[in-house]
This record gives sequence, structure tokens and C-alpha cells, in this order.
Amino acid sequence: MIRTAKLALEDGTILEGEGFGAETVKAGEIVFSTSMTGYVAALTDPSFKGQILMSTYPLEGNYGVSPEWYQSEGIKAEAYVVRQVCHEPCHPKSEKTLSEFLEEHDVPGISGIDTRSLTLKIRELGSMKAVVANVDISDEELLKILEEQPRLEDMNLVEKVTVKEPKVLQDRKEYNVAVLDCGVKKNITDHLIAQDVGVTLVPATTSAQEILDMDVDGVLVSSGPGNPENVEKIQDTIKELAQKMPIAGICLGQQIISLAFGAKIFKMKFGHRGSNQPVQDLKTGRVYMTSQNHSFSIDEESIADTDLEITQINLNDGTPEAIKHKTLPISCIQYHPEAGPGPHDSKVFFDTFVNTIKEYKGNKN
Amino acid sequence: MPKDENIKKVLIIGSGPIQIGQAAEFDYSGSQACKSLREENIETVLVNSNPATIQTDIETADKVYVEPLTAEIVAKIIEKEQVDAILPTMGGQTGLNIAVDLDKMGALDGIKVLGSPIQTIKDVEDRDLFAEFMDRLDEPIPKCHAVNSLEEAFEAVEDIGFPVIVRPGFTLGGTGGGIANNKKEFEEIVIHGLDMSFNDQVLIDESVLGWQEIEYEVMRDKNDSCIIVCNMENVDAMGIHTGESIVVAPTQTLSDEDNQKLRNASIKIIKALGIQGGCNIQFALHPETREYKVIEVNPRVSRSSALASKATGYSIAKVSSKIALGMTLDEIRNDITKETPASFEPAVDYVIVKFPRWPFDKFKTSSGELGVQMQSTGEVMAIGRTIEEALQKAIRSLDIDQEAFEYVDYTDYNLEHATDQRMFQIYSAIKDGRDIQELADITKISPFFLNKIKSIVDCEEEIQKQGKDILKDAKMFRKIKQFGFSDKRLAQLLDLTEDEVSEARHEINLAPEYKMVDTCAAEFEAKTPYYYGTYDSPSNMKVSDKKKIAVIGAGPIRIGQGIEFDYCCVHAALALKDENVETILINNNPETVSTDYDISDRLYFEPLTKEDVLAVLELEKPDGVIVQFGGQTSINLAESLSEAGIKILGTPFESIDMVEDREQFTEVLNELGIPQADYGIANSFDEARDAAHSIGFPVLVRPSYVLGGRAMEIVYDDTELEEYMKEAVKVSKEHPILVDKFLEDSIELDVDALCDGEEVYVCGIMEHIEEAGIHSGDSACVIPPQSVSKEIINQVEDYTRKLALRLGVVGLINIQYAIKVDPEPKLYIIEANPRASRTVPFVSKAIGIPIAKIASKIMLGAKLSDFDLVNYADIKHVAVKESVFPFLKIPDSDSVLGPEMKSTGETMGIDKNFGLAYYKSQLSASNNLPTEGKIFISVRDLDKPKIAPIAKKAKELGFDLIATKGTAEAADVDIEIIRKVSQGSPNIRDAMLNGEVAFLINTPSGKQSADDGYIIRRLAVELGIPYVTTIAAANAVLKAIEEASNGELAVKSLNEYAE
Repeated sequence: MIRTAKLALEDGTILEGEGFGAETVKAGEIVFSTSMTGYVAALTDPSFKGQILMSTYPLEGNYGVSPEWYQSEGIKAEAYVVRQVCHEPCHPKSEKTLSEFLEEHDVPGISGIDTRSLTLKIRELGSMKAVVANVDISDEELLKILEEQPRLEDMNLVEKVTVKEPKVLQDRKEYNVAVLDCGVKKNITDHLIAQDVGVTLVPATTSAQEILDMDVDGVLVSSGPGNPENVEKIQDTIKELAQKMPIAGICLGQQIISLAFGAKIFKMKFGHRGSNQPVQDLKTGRVYMTSQNHSFSIDEESIADTDLEITQINLNDGTPEAIKHKTLPISCIQYHPEAGPGPHDSKVFFDTFVNTIKEYKGNKN
Repeated sequence: MPKDENIKKVLIIGSGPIQIGQAAEFDYSGSQACKSLREENIETVLVNSNPATIQTDIETADKVYVEPLTAEIVAKIIEKEQVDAILPTMGGQTGLNIAVDLDKMGALDGIKVLGSPIQTIKDVEDRDLFAEFMDRLDEPIPKCHAVNSLEEAFEAVEDIGFPVIVRPGFTLGGTGGGIANNKKEFEEIVIHGLDMSFNDQVLIDESVLGWQEIEYEVMRDKNDSCIIVCNMENVDAMGIHTGESIVVAPTQTLSDEDNQKLRNASIKIIKALGIQGGCNIQFALHPETREYKVIEVNPRVSRSSALASKATGYSIAKVSSKIALGMTLDEIRNDITKETPASFEPAVDYVIVKFPRWPFDKFKTSSGELGVQMQSTGEVMAIGRTIEEALQKAIRSLDIDQEAFEYVDYTDYNLEHATDQRMFQIYSAIKDGRDIQELADITKISPFFLNKIKSIVDCEEEIQKQGKDILKDAKMFRKIKQFGFSDKRLAQLLDLTEDEVSEARHEINLAPEYKMVDTCAAEFEAKTPYYYGTYDSPSNMKVSDKKKIAVIGAGPIRIGQGIEFDYCCVHAALALKDENVETILINNNPETVSTDYDISDRLYFEPLTKEDVLAVLELEKPDGVIVQFGGQTSINLAESLSEAGIKILGTPFESIDMVEDREQFTEVLNELGIPQADYGIANSFDEARDAAHSIGFPVLVRPSYVLGGRAMEIVYDDTELEEYMKEAVKVSKEHPILVDKFLEDSIELDVDALCDGEEVYVCGIMEHIEEAGIHSGDSACVIPPQSVSKEIINQVEDYTRKLALRLGVVGLINIQYAIKVDPEPKLYIIEANPRASRTVPFVSKAIGIPIAKIASKIMLGAKLSDFDLVNYADIKHVAVKESVFPFLKIPDSDSVLGPEMKSTGETMGIDKNFGLAYYKSQLSASNNLPTEGKIFISVRDLDKPKIAPIAKKAKELGFDLIATKGTAEAADVDIEIIRKVSQGSPNIRDAMLNGEVAFLINTPSGKQSADDGYIIRRLAVELGIPYVTTIAAANAVLKAIEEASNGELAVKSLNEYAE
């Protein structure tokens, strides 16, 4: 059965398409991703909380859905916008169709949308609020929902996706890491686990003292959704831990750490989302293809007045991609070394982090 | 890091004549390389034996050599030009082979090899080294044994187990390979493979038949930065050569996990190989276990990299060339966005479908079965927002007189053993209600793709169910168009005319919009206008109001319509640029230079049908359109474009029609007093027979309005005629059959001329080496003519002038004449084509005048007197064009020449006299003429009177002769007699297999090919023994050998010839 679905945008545009997934209405900030594979990982990435994901690649659902590819326990994006959805997926690991997957997690999908035109609009006007309705609803009602929807930057989304209680993912080992869960992806913790360190996931609001009490050797501030300025408590935690152990940050983690050390951040027009973002290491000149998914960036100029330095930049627009502290063992990156989806070129980040922990602990003893 | 400052002058090696497995993609890459290196102020020297290339234009490189591509010749150029480096990775397998040979000769001392180091080339080309290399890297490859004998081969297969894939080492496009399921097949293929291999090596591979075939295009720079430009998925499973496969890009059925796994392997491999530039890696991926194996690594640009470049807008050849100089990816700009660097991975927001074009219409004896050997001559690419759309656009781009999927007969055997018809057979099976999973099991094609064909079938059924009212439903109609249905196809389905459907569509204002190929899925603003049509939204494109002209391209490369036409289209675009006119180019061939985004101002990658072309023109509203250059494809559009009110530039459509309509043409010839052979026109066998009888056999029969001598034959009696008529009706339903008196034993001439409506310039008169009756595209020819009297030449020029003016030609015209020598020389006109011919690039290079460019300017209003022209007869050198044939690649094909064109490409030999020029043309065509050894002669009765002088001459040149009995008796010199194959052993076959025969002269005795002559010719093709099949060619060869034995071959650039 073909259901007519609607997509309304903040600028008043209302587009009609075909519904798939859950028969419901969801609002959020609409963003586009240029990744050509990895819709399951993207949809389940908590960083998409509060956002409606749109794929620029026109065919989605081709290889179905396998729980192996989930980055969290369910879909975190509010809705999914595509050009064409495949209902006869073909992959040995596939357990369900994309539509079934969305339905299972109460997420509406809309297909038949001219996603390229919409991408051009977002490129010109910036990310905007949108609503996807997979039910019978009048245009007026739709626009009303849209109006009532808060802006992404005004929401505290981290609290919606962080763990409620500390969770041990790998029992204590010689070296131990606490992951401050701002909306962590499974690949991040999997990479740490593979480093053979003890891994404990802790709520984003965990205090510095609580972390110290855990007797860990390093902290990783994870990626996650929304505005980094809305999670000030984490900044305090970082400031307090800064002298005491190595700290690393990924994506939102980098933004929070930079804020903690006095840098400024700004909301980008439409962000970076895709698997093809070129990042250059300023020391070696080498370029890495990276997976990215962020709406906010560090203000390059604001770094000058801090103890931080930029070590990697984005070659497309020059924005900072990696930052480290000039004297302390603190380093973070804006992109996703854990991939899922996207290239694995920069997973060395985890080796470096764990090595830093080992060195730091060695020196301390 | 800036480029290596020690590199100032670079030699770029081209790929030689167009042949199956090595086509126009290397003209594209070589031209890009020259452009790219010159941007960095590098002095460029280019060598290629193929005149029909943009890269051999003297504007492309600083020095251009049209010389044979052998290591000896290239070494001479290296020495003469004192280059600092060579770039072999732009010239396909030919380029790499020459680099390895140069290295072996010691010709590369002190010369840098850019792109891929020699060791890398060896590591990937030699299977043993490759296996060792991959083993060290811990990357899986199918089990493989390289063997040098049948005995070793049997040991190998013992270890691997059947089925196995057998392929000879070091050949082009997988020549001579095969799949063996049992010992008998195995033995046969191994023996054949050992003969074929350049290094007497045969590889026995573990079979990964039925696995998915995936390709990655990887780039690496000296900083070790690596990117994937594009990945591609073969719709056909392993077992069908990737050049034969329908390919989609990007991959469709790979999860991110699969994709990253293969991406990681690709990067690991390119890093380990130390390649600086582009590299193509092919993987087999198990459809269930997702286990993968590395199948092949090509450390160079390739057919796939050309496709990837056109598919994404990322120019692999251009970027590779700059990397080869030592630049890094981040220093190179992305040409499309102009703002972002080349160090990123293109993201596409559309689907690409590549569909090959096969030559089986030319080789009736071939089964059309596809396998590990490439047989297609060209390909089309279609871009759409869905697979359904791209697939349907691809089919109508093929120019095979088929609008979409059409029902064909099929059997289960057909479905399992793919032929060129498989997509249509699968469609038919789905239409018949066959289960998708069952079809997937039989065809080994992923259900994903089969389901896409099914959704087309379903859509067609829905259309037919709803009837023509569906065309009034704007929403529904748009949906149908989004699936890629053309108006003509809808007309077929709804039993309407194409015009009725188009009108209905226009009534609801439904037209395609054009989306951009921008490398980045709209993330950044793109500056380079490269478009495809689709039906997502109403069009909102702004077009310029500058003066602009559209050039219609030639579509896929096929026998009869090759790269020559693309060459002309490129020249048209360049000429228009010179004149400050905006150029719009419409074409669908991803291999070629014309579809390079910086050739035209706006490139539309679209099918060349009336509907698709008109849609572009209706939006762009150009001041005129050029149809003279795209071969029969564009000429065939002239009528409908003209009817739609589009201005055809240059020669009017009426003139084109006048020469195609034999009766009108005859009137013109009579009026001008130009003689032609007697002829008749027939719509049935009876009419054909009557015509033949009144003219007298032998007659030449052919359908009107076809190119490349398609279905042209010489028939000698009623039986043959009847047989022919049955076939011909299939070829051309709408046009009648022409029956011409065949002018036996005459010399054929080819003339290219320019006319501005007032004056005529005869660009060149080419004398064919082979006699009339052999298709002009297959015959060798020479400028200036060598054996034609001044009177006849004057007559040719006179007729040409009169006819061009009478026809109102504005631009190019090609005319073919025959001189019937007996009883006294008399000139007949054979045919005239008021458009660019396939000899235009050859003539341009022979006389040093860019005639296609001048033609374009004339179409814009220039006069011949505005140009500085030379007389072809005044050139101080001789240029010979030789044709190159695909016999080796098409199993069971006979190498006999006839009125139906069979060659895929051409070479040019240029030197101070005919002998040397002919020798070089042969060398370039892989006909390496011997200067000593045994010549085997066997000719048909008709030729026996002519063999004595040839035999005598061969003797004088020091050759030993062997011949069959009849020929030996006719030869009248001391000659060793050898048995025919049918006369028992030892016979000529054994002598050939033993390597005792250095050269063969064999003229065919009749139409049927399953005779002795066929076996000998086929063996010569397969063993690579040089041969000729006509007396005329035998004479030319001896002349060439005589000249070549007098000293070393010298090299001279086109620039020097032009001085």
C-alpha cells in the first residue's frame, strides 16, 4: 500500500512523497548526509537525535538491516527522507527491510522526495526545522507542529541519549577508561574494548570526583547530539580532570573540551555529514578521508587565546578537525575515527589515546 | 609539496589503434595527461600510432609522434627528444608493456618512470610475482598456478580442482582465456592459451564463478594519502569479463561494512605497490559469506577509470598525471567545484549504468556467448536517479534500434550462458512470471537487479492496464518518466505513435529537468556544467542567452562508427570555442574525449534519441545544431530535428536525403555527367533478382541508410541473393535494398573534401591498397595516391567539386570512387556522404590541416579563402592508414575481408616513401613483417595469374617459399610444395604450429569459411603470424619489406613533418 506522506519545512515548503516506516509525525532539524553506504549505522547514531536525516544518495535500503550494524539500541534520528526506498533488500545479513526497521522504532520515513533540490535548499538557507508526517494531516496542523518544535541549539539532547547508570562494558584491565556518554556509538566503545582496556560507560552528568573514585586512567568524551554549550556540567568535569589524567574527545567531545579550555564554537550553516571529508594532518601533510557528522565547529580564531592548538584541518573549508592541549595529554578530533559508517583511515586515534594513557601512567608511577 | 623540479620533459605513451579491450578511454586519458602536465609547465612528447585520436593533434602535446608502439621505436624517440621521464600509465596495457620492454633493453637508464614503478608493473602482471606479493600483504587471491606446459597445467588443476579459469599471461583484455569444467575442455584451452601468451605462460585460477564482481578506483600520492574515486558493481557475476558486464556505480548491494572492507584492502594494496597515481582493483565477493578475493590490479588508468571519471566528474587521468610529477592530492584542485581540493572522495547522488555494445551483428558465425574474454567494442553510460531510469536510458543509448527492454525468445540454457541478449531474455523471463530467486540462481545475477527489471515489467503492465488515460494524469505520467520510459516506448505499450505521447506530455508541461554531476552530491557549489536529464522536479535551470551551437555526438564505439567521429565532434567543440560560441555537447559514451567536461561549455550526458536530444535543445534553444560529425547516429536525427524547427548547420538535411535516396542521387549524377555502376532498388527478393539479372552478377547488395557496410554483401548468383534478402529484411525494415553492379578488379579511392557553398577544397585523395569490394573502412589506404594517373586524379577532383557544389554542401563531404582498370581506366562514383567520414582524422594528420575544425567554422559562415590550405599532392611524405581487426577476440571469426566492415580501429604509418610508411602501418597493426624466413602462399584460382610476380619478388628479397600444389604451379618459380590441412599430415598447419612460417599470403576461395583457407587464416590470427588476404596487400607488403631491409626505421614528429 502506498501511503501519501508529507514533509514540511520551516520556510513553508510542503512536499509530498510516499510514506514508509512508522505511521506517525516527527519534527526535528533537517540535515543531509552524503554517505553512499551505512544508513543503518547513521540512523542509529545518537548524534542524530533531534534531527531528520536525509540521504543525498537516492537509493536506500538496498542491503536491508542487520542489528550488527546498529550504533545504539535503536533509531535515534527523528525521521528519514530519501529519494527511493528499496523494499526487496539483498544481503545475507539482512533481517528486515528498512521500512520494517523504521516501523519497529516508531520512526516515519518519506520517499519520492527530490533530495537533491532539497539539499541545494539547505546548502543555501542552512539547516532548518522540518516535520515528516506519515499520517493524514492537514497542512495547517503540520506547520503548527513545526512552529512549536524548538530549535536544535536550544535543546538539551544529550540528556535524552546518555546512559542513566554507569555500565561496565569491559571488566577492569591493567588500564581503564571511562567513557563520558554524550550519545556514544557502539563502534567507539568497540574500538576501546579492542584495545584491551577496561571500559566503563558513565552518564554525561557524572562529576569529576565520581570519575576519580572509579580509579580510571583516562576519559573519553564521546560524540553526541545537539549544542555543546547546553552541557556545561561536562565542561566543569573536564576542567577538574584535566591535570589528573589523559582526556580525549570525539566530535561533540572535542567541542565540549575546547569550550572547557576557553575556545568558542559556532553553529555551521549546514554542517559536515558524510564519509568523504578530507582532513589534513598539519605535521605530516597526509590527508585522511573521514566520516563526519556535526553541526557545530570550533571557531579557529578563538583557539589563539587558549592553551590549545589545531593539529588537523578540514581541506574543504579550513575548519579545525583536531585539537590538542599544548602541555596536557588532552587531544580530540571533530570527526569519527570509529567509522560506522565511513572510512577506517583514522582508527589510529584509539591507539594513540591508549598509548598516551600508558605513558602517562608509567610516568606517574 | 611541489612537483619534482628535475622533471622538465615527459614522454607520454599512447595505446595505439582502437581494438577490443583497449579503446577510446586511452585517448581520453592521454589527452588529459598532456593537458594536465602542460598546466604544470612540463614539456610533453607524445607517441601513438593511432591517428584518430585527439592526443595526436599537434596542439595536444609539444611534440607528437605518430609512430609504431614498439620498444625499439619508443627508445629512439626517448633518445632523440632527451626526455627526463616517461609516463606509461596512460596508454593501457600497451603502455605498460612498452615500459617493461624499454627497461629490459636498458633504454631507461637515467630516465624516470612516472606513475607506477617498473617493479610494480611486473608485480601485478606476472601471476607468480602477484601471488607472492599478495601473500606478503596477507590479501586473499584465488589459488593460482602459472604454468609453462600442459603437463604442469594438469598438476596445477589437481591442486585447485574444477572448475578453473585458464588465462594466458601478458595479453590484452584477457585474450585467449576460458573456463574449464573438465579435463577435455581444460586441455584445449591450455594449449590455446600457451600459444597466445607473450611469455608462454598460462595461468590456472581457482574459479570464483558466480561471486559478485566489484571494482575500486584508488588514488595515492607520495604523502601516502589515498582516496577511492568510485566503486562499481558488476551486475554480471564473476565469469563474465568486466568489459562485458553491465556495471553500476556506485555499488548497490554492498553494506557499509562490505564497502569499508574492500576499501581498506584497496588502500593497503595501492600503498604496498607504491603507485603514485590511479589504480584499478577488482574483487570477487562471495554473495553469501562475504569472503573476498583480489582478482586483478591495474596500476594504470583503465576503461574502468574512464568510466569512474565520467561517473563522478573526478578526472582520474588528470589528477594522476599531476601526482606523477610529485604533486599531492591536497595541492590539486577539484576542477568541478574549483574551490575544494582533489583530496576527497566523490559523493554521487544519482546512479550510473554502463552497458556494453557488442559487434555480433558483424560476425554472424559467433554465438554471442559472453565469458572471460572481452568482445564488446564500446559502451554507453546512462545517468539516472533510479536504477530503472538509468537502465532504460542506457538501453536506448546503445543505438541498436531498440527503445527499451523488449520481449525476446529465450531458453534456460540462454539464461545460464549469458549472451549479449541476456538482459532482454531476463526481462522476458520475468514477464513470463518466472520466480526472481530462481532466475537469480540460474543467472547468478543478484535478485536486487532482477527486482529492478521486475519493477519495470510491473510498471509496463500497469501502464497497459490503465491505457492511454494514464497520460492525462500528470502525477502518474511523471512517475512513469521517473522510471526512464521514453515516449516511444510508451507509444509501443499504448499502441500510439511517439508524437502522440510527446504531445500528451507537452500538454501537461512535463519535461525533463537537468541535474548536475558535481562530485559532491550538491554539498558545494559546482562550476563545471555537466548534466543529465531526469524527472524529479520541474526544470528550473537557467540557460545563457549567448550565441550557442549544439554538437550531437556519435554514441558508443562500434565497428563502422569508431573514435573518428568523436574526434570530429571534439574538433567542432574546439572550433566553436575559438569563435567564441558557446558549445553544447550531447553524447553518452563515457570513454571518449568529447564527454570530457572541459571540451564543451555544457555537456549533456544523454541518450541520442529524438526525444532526449530535442528535450535538451528545447531548453537550451541553440542557434543551430551540428549533425555532420556524429556519424550515422547524429545524421539519423537530422530529419526529426529539422522538422522540430531546429536549424541544422551546414549542409541542409535535404542534401543528406538526396544522396541516401538512390533515385534522386542518380538524377544528380546524370545531370553532372558522373558515371556510376548500374544499379537497381528492390523491396523484395523478386525485385532484387530482376535487378541483378538486368545488371548482371556479381552484384553488391545492401540496405540503404546504414553505416559501416552493415549487411553489405557481394553475391554471385540467385541462391546467394535469396539467402541475403532473407537476412537483409531483418536489418532494415523501412528502407529498400540497393543492388549495384559489383566493379570487379578495380582500384578504390576515398576523397574527403570541404565545401563552403562556393568553393571546394579537396583535402585528400586516398588510394585503397585492397581492391574495391572490400569495405573502405577495412582497406588500407595511402595519401597521396601511388598508382593513379594524373588524368584520373583531375577527374576525381572535378567530380568532387561538381557534386559538392550541386549538393549544396557546407562543411565536409566524403566520396568513394572506383577505377575500373580493364579494358581502359574508367572512373565510377560509388557513394557520397555529405558529412564527416572516418578518414577525417587520418587526412588531417597526413596533410597537417585540421579539416574538421575548418568544416565547423565554415558552418558558422567562414569561407575556405579564410584559411591557409595546402594541396595534399604537395606533401613531401607518404601516409598509410591500416585497419586493425578483432578476429582474435571473436572466436571462430574468419579474417577474410569483404564489403561488411569488421575493423575496430586504425594505425597510421608516415615516412618518406610508400614502402616505409606501409611497413610502419603494419608494425603498428601488430603485423610485424619479416625480412627473412618462409612465406606460405595459397591463392584462389582467380588470383593465380597474378601470383608469379609476387613469388618472384619474394624470392629476390631472399625469402623461402612454400605453397599448396595449385599455387606453386601457378607461381612459376622454385617453390616447396606443402600439403593442405585436408590432405593429411605433415601439412601447412603443422608447419605453422612449428613456427616455420614467417608470413602468409592466402586469398579466400569462396563464401563458405569452413574450408582449408579458414583454418590457415584462423591459425595465423591465433598464432600472431603476419598475413595478408589479398593480392594487392601482398604487393604492398613486399614493397614495404624491400624498403625496410634497406636500413633502420627513423622517427620523425608530426611537428617536423609540418615544417
